Amino acid sequence: MSNYHQPEPFLILAIVATALLALVSLFVGVSDVSLPALLAGTAEPRAVEVFLVSRVPRTLALVLAGASMAIGGLVMQMVVRNRFVEPSTTGTSESAALGFLTVTLLAPGWPLVAKMAVSALFALGGTALFLRILKAVPLRDVLLVPLVGIMLGGVIGALTAFIAYRANLMASLLAWNMGDFSGVIRGRYELLWIGLVCCVLAYVAADRFTVAGMGKDFTTNLGLNYKRVMTLGLVIVSLVSAVVLVSVGSIPFLGLIVPNIVSLMVGDNMRRTVPWVTVGGAAMVLACDIVGRLIRFPYEIPIAVVMGVVGAAVFLYLLLRTPRHA
Amino acid sequence: MHDLRSRPHPELVEGRGRNTKAATGSTSWIDKLTMRPSRPLIVLAALTLLALLSIALFMTLGAKGNWSFVLGFRGKKLLSLVLVAYAVAVSTVLFQTVTNNRILTPSIMGFDALYMLIKTSTVFFLGVGALTSIDSQLQFVVEVLAMVTFSGLLFRWLFLGEERSLHLLVLVGIIFGILFRSMSALMQRMLDPGAFNVLQDTMFASFATTDPTLLGISTVIVLAVSVVGWRLMHSFDVLSLGRAHAINLGVDYKRTVAIILVLVAILVSVSTALVGPVTFFGLLIATLAHGLIGQSKHRYVLPAAVLLAIVALVGGQTLLERVFAFDTALSIIIEFLGGAVFIFLVLRRSAR
Amino acid sequence: MIVASNVSKSYGAACVVDGVSLQLPKGGITSIIGPNGAGKSTLLSMVSRLMAMDAGTVTVGGLDVSKAASDELARRLSILRQDNHMTARLTVRDLVSFGRYPYTKGRLTLDDKEHIERAIRYLDLAALSERFLDELSGGQRQRAFVAMVLAQDTDYVLLDEPLNSLDMKHASAMMKLMKRAATELGKTVVLVLHDINFAGWYSDYIVAMKDGRVAAQGPAAEMIQPQVLSEIYEMEIAVHELAGQRISVYYG
Repeated sequence: MSNYHQPEPFLILAIVATALLALVSLFVGVSDVSLPALLAGTAEPRAVEVFLVSRVPRTLALVLAGASMAIGGLVMQMVVRNRFVEPSTTGTSESAALGFLTVTLLAPGWPLVAKMAVSALFALGGTALFLRILKAVPLRDVLLVPLVGIMLGGVIGALTAFIAYRANLMASLLAWNMGDFSGVIRGRYELLWIGLVCCVLAYVAADRFTVAGMGKDFTTNLGLNYKRVMTLGLVIVSLVSAVVLVSVGSIPFLGLIVPNIVSLMVGDNMRRTVPWVTVGGAAMVLACDIVGRLIRFPYEIPIAVVMGVVGAAVFLYLLLRTPRHA
Repeated sequence: MHDLRSRPHPELVEGRGRNTKAATGSTSWIDKLTMRPSRPLIVLAALTLLALLSIALFMTLGAKGNWSFVLGFRGKKLLSLVLVAYAVAVSTVLFQTVTNNRILTPSIMGFDALYMLIKTSTVFFLGVGALTSIDSQLQFVVEVLAMVTFSGLLFRWLFLGEERSLHLLVLVGIIFGILFRSMSALMQRMLDPGAFNVLQDTMFASFATTDPTLLGISTVIVLAVSVVGWRLMHSFDVLSLGRAHAINLGVDYKRTVAIILVLVAILVSVSTALVGPVTFFGLLIATLAHGLIGQSKHRYVLPAAVLLAIVALVGGQTLLERVFAFDTALSIIIEFLGGAVFIFLVLRRSAR
Repeated sequence: MIVASNVSKSYGAACVVDGVSLQLPKGGITSIIGPNGAGKSTLLSMVSRLMAMDAGTVTVGGLDVSKAASDELARRLSILRQDNHMTARLTVRDLVSFGRYPYTKGRLTLDDKEHIERAIRYLDLAALSERFLDELSGGQRQRAFVAMVLAQDTDYVLLDEPLNSLDMKHASAMMKLMKRAATELGKTVVLVLHDINFAGWYSDYIVAMKDGRVAAQGPAAEMIQPQVLSEIYEMEIAVHELAGQRISVYYG
């Protein structure tokens, strides 16, 4: 490892940069909220109100969602052993949406946490289905894996759309599929803290995922229970997808591009990549959200649209970057 | 010159005395009865009947009141559905022939998303005023030209450089599709951030509401494409043998492929302009057509694909709209089936 | 006659064929041999216009392959490569019929049908003629493709490793067929071969390539010599006379 010792100062730099982005995010918006006025206590009560009810929750939501989606992608890549997977290329996000739709239809009165749990269960089921289909592919082409995942997502998505269409919930479904932070206020984002728990969990179990990423035989050889590691990974991914989906809607490609960029920079040892991916995910979402808020000020463009453009472009770059070694 | 008819080489006879003995020489009456060429003809006849039935039902079912009005109104709708069916079927089959595979289709390669992007860009860069001030038919022609140019560039870059794996091409195509769609969405949001419904309408295919203003020009374009295609008809089968064989047999490969791709780009523009993007419809149709016909001759596969597409669109629309009283759900059902077929194809291919 | 002058081809930095000049005699069988990566198949692909050359010219029977009309060339020379995977679903007869495409563009005349039937008989495919290609064994499919090339009825027949998927029996039958096509029908047959004993036994002329250049060429008897072969393949190769033929032994 040539760069085993060097990146820690860079990591601190990255954290500072992300903090700055978060600060910018706090003060971008239609209502006039300024930092000096807040600090001096001279701000109007209404500005303070906006700040506490809308701006702070939104920035927190951005950081939490970004970090946990990126971690979800990283864990997914380790578990499936493929660089090009993330919740939106494995049918996970779509399954979460199907679950959310189902529970909304069948038990509209349930609290959001319960709905989220059902959604997470569906996500888990969808991901398990994906892995089951992959097992039927004897030849594990690197590119075939995301391809099958995207298609599975398409099929599940079409099924969801059909149900939503029949139930007159098309508009809600479109909102879930289109990640957007503009609706985040106090009381409507707190579930995202579960994402933070997932990040911590991923960090604690990082070594196991690194080992599991080397394959089943390798893992068993080192005395680890491969199945248990896999299950933990899938639970983390499903929880993250469901939490983000029910709180802000799905954010495409985030889990794919952040870990890939980090891997290009600092390699694949998860203990080192987890902090980077966490920070990178938060920074990416903050940046895209700020762009979405400024590009057509005073209107907002949902982050999913911005991420769609940025993410697809980066994904294409990753695919076409070099002649494939596989 | 010696006669080629001299005795066959005994060494070349494989499995002599086992499976080949009975069939050598003349064909028995059983063989004649079950001869393969009859299967495509039966399939084509059945599909023609089904297509005619679908059309008849579409035109008459549930019609009330003034017949001339109903027929005129539904006739226009029928024409656009048939145009879309034709455009999607022909473009997909030809695209698969040229790229020599059964998984890629123009829509999977992001062609119709590209058309949507071009359409959005015109409005974005020229302003909404352009939309109303320029004649919509002229605008369509310009869009088609832009589409041919850009898809040509994209295609050259992807296919005529180094050889790339099929999986890479498919994945790149899908991601390009997502990129184009996201860019269109971004532009639309920037144009009119409040108009959520506009976005929804143009980004999803709808067979129930087609654009009637483009019907005339679309018909003319499709006819022109067909004339050019007809003159190349003889080369389609040869091209399906693959590049090396096609060149060996004297096809001017680069030129022919380039022309066919232009035709494909034009057809995709027509169908996308009329009903919007449909990712998996072409795949569904082409796969079914090849499967039903059982062989690859274009004189069977092309009409079969067109007829199937008509049955699916016209018949499906009739069934959903008049019998079950759903309205725009047909595109969702088609996407669902098409995606399932796609997964099946990819898995079967890699299992081999 | 096939004349190549100064033909070169590179992939990126790697030069695969490096300024090759060659004259292959008309008539008879010419085999191109050499170690892996010597540029044999690449050369054959350029001679048959499947691949564009970076530099140089090739003429086949006086026609410049990079300038002449493709369909005119298709009536003059035919090429069959080793990888014949195809997605199209065709019967053997369909495939063989394509051999007549250069002449009639798909509308078969009586004369065409005769050519097709002859080619099918010549490779003893009559019993298989209505079978689909994907129902055949590798060797049978190979024969169907050769039948197509024969139906194309060109003066020059180029085959890239035609023995690849054939067992010993069918390999020797294929070579005998090539010999007959050369002697009875007066075709000029050019083969890329890996098996130097097949090459030595059936060829009239042998070209040996190494590192993108022609390392040696000459009548078969002069080429199947221990010094010549050992130098080309960089290994010890003994040559023994057996039943009036020269056999190379390189297993020790």
